[in-house]
Amino acid sequence: MAKHASVFSENIVIALNTVYTMWLREMLRFKRSKSRIIGSLATPLFFLVILGTAFNSSFEMRNGGQTNIGFLAPGIIGMTILFSSLIGGVSIIWDREFGFLKEILIAPVPRFFVALGKALGGVTTAMIQGTLIMLIAFVIGVEFQSYLGMAASVGVMLLIGLGFIGLGIALASQTESHEGFQMIMTFITMPVLLLSGAFFRIGDLPSWLKTLVYLDPLTYGIMALRYTLMGETEIPIHICIAVLFLFAAATIGLGGYMFQKAKA
Amino acid sequence: MNTPAIETFNLTRRFDDIVAVDNINIQVNNGELFGLLGPNGAGKTTLINMLSTMVTPNNGSAKVWGADITKQPSEVRKNIGMVFQGTTLDDRLTGKENLDLHGRLYGLPKQLRKQRIADVLELVELNDKADVIVKTYSGGMMRRLEIARGLMHHPKVLFLDEPTLGLDPQTRNHIWDYIRQLNKEKNVTILLTTHYMEEADHLCNRIAIIDFGQVKALDTPENLKNALGGDVIILTVETGELASRLLDLYNKNGSAGSVQQKDGSIFITIKDGAGQIPHVLKVASDAGINVLSVDLHRPTLDDVFLSYTGRAIREEETSSVDRITYNLQSRRR
Repeated sequence: MAKHASVFSENIVIALNTVYTMWLREMLRFKRSKSRIIGSLATPLFFLVILGTAFNSSFEMRNGGQTNIGFLAPGIIGMTILFSSLIGGVSIIWDREFGFLKEILIAPVPRFFVALGKALGGVTTAMIQGTLIMLIAFVIGVEFQSYLGMAASVGVMLLIGLGFIGLGIALASQTESHEGFQMIMTFITMPVLLLSGAFFRIGDLPSWLKTLVYLDPLTYGIMALRYTLMGETEIPIHICIAVLFLFAAATIGLGGYMFQKAKA
Repeated sequence: MNTPAIETFNLTRRFDDIVAVDNINIQVNNGELFGLLGPNGAGKTTLINMLSTMVTPNNGSAKVWGADITKQPSEVRKNIGMVFQGTTLDDRLTGKENLDLHGRLYGLPKQLRKQRIADVLELVELNDKADVIVKTYSGGMMRRLEIARGLMHHPKVLFLDEPTLGLDPQTRNHIWDYIRQLNKEKNVTILLTTHYMEEADHLCNRIAIIDFGQVKALDTPENLKNALGGDVIILTVETGELASRLLDLYNKNGSAGSVQQKDGSIFITIKDGAGQIPHVLKVASDAGINVLSVDLHRPTLDDVFLSYTGRAIREEETSSVDRITYNLQSRRR
């Protein structure tokens, strides 16, 4: 029994060490690509400022006194997390292209935890970007409901990020070429983003569209962010959290499984 | 340890219809520097990838440092270092960071990691580039860093897949020195693949000549070359008549080796060619035959390869090297 216990604890140490090493690598890369990170904030900022202002002057406000830019802000934060975490997962394709994947695959460590470490690293990057957008929105005058809510929204970003990075890893593990990368980005990000309720209320949609919106996991992320940041949601918060949690667990499990089968 | 460092038993791997590795049986002794020599596509890389657990065999088995490659892959991985054919560094990180991540993946504690990083960087003389981003390294420096990384965790067996591919001759010599030093001083068993004859010849204790996934010959470079019958002395005289006279005289003197004549030249195949030249010249001058030129051809591994496979390895070399050099360049976007 004692021997089993020590083997078990040894395995835990190896697993944690692997996760940490892979996370550390993503952080070191992040540190080196600051300009790229800043650049990637440009798109969500354009959305936030231009769309937010345009919506204000084009539409009747139906948000109970809330400005349109305030309505959009959680959606744009969700969009940032979606893009950043998917790219984080799909970056396995670059690792394969540049050979580093071989270095990881030949190491005497469990591949599932390699994938998990990579996921946590990518999600950390995504959360930093999402938080920056949130702070910029705050600075330019979006009235979030409370500091506590802002802090809670970082937790929501973690859940959203884990879900989509797991999906990215699962897809990238089976994608041999970087041509596949464009396909993934186009065929996943756009529908997921547009169906998510980031840009519109879902209450009055025709039922076929509403069904699709409810099938989109990002919907629950946007709603949870809107709840923590603005204090309103069209889907009860506990359902949002439950769906996000299940989605993250499912895709991380799938991503880890697919990565174990990945070829260098 | 008396058991071999590497041992394969009818190891076989197919890709669709192609048999990349066909029933290969080799033994690499502990402390040996062993070379797999063959043209591109001969199956060397597939063989080395199976031994390093990156590719699973279809048939047969192999043991690396006592562990079975299919049944105990993680045991195998702990004991080996691998330097792949292409670059596998993270080129956005510094050399030191690459080494540090490797050390962490292999579970080296902090102090030991620091020590090993310093050691291996010194070995490959990259100390002053330790904190520079790998992207700015030259091809030779990347190669050296990869070798350094493969050594971080003190592997018992080191696999080197085409360690000097696409490098200039000077860098190549440098890397040969490191490999020799590792093998001699650190007693690391090394298995390398190459399609450079000189590399196999200068570096390896023993060589397996591989073609179409099979071992065509296996021995020390010396023995392989000697098996061809030895050196060839090429002696040219003024006319074919004089040449055939000289041939007769040479044979009548009871001289060693086998002799052939073609036009004004005679070819003497003999073990110690250099030592035989004075004797041949004496035979000629005694008979008053004027010798125009003497040439000594020592057999190379090219000749060995040719005799076992019926074709020269050189024919395929250029195009593939160009291709890989091109790949290396296009990677640097």
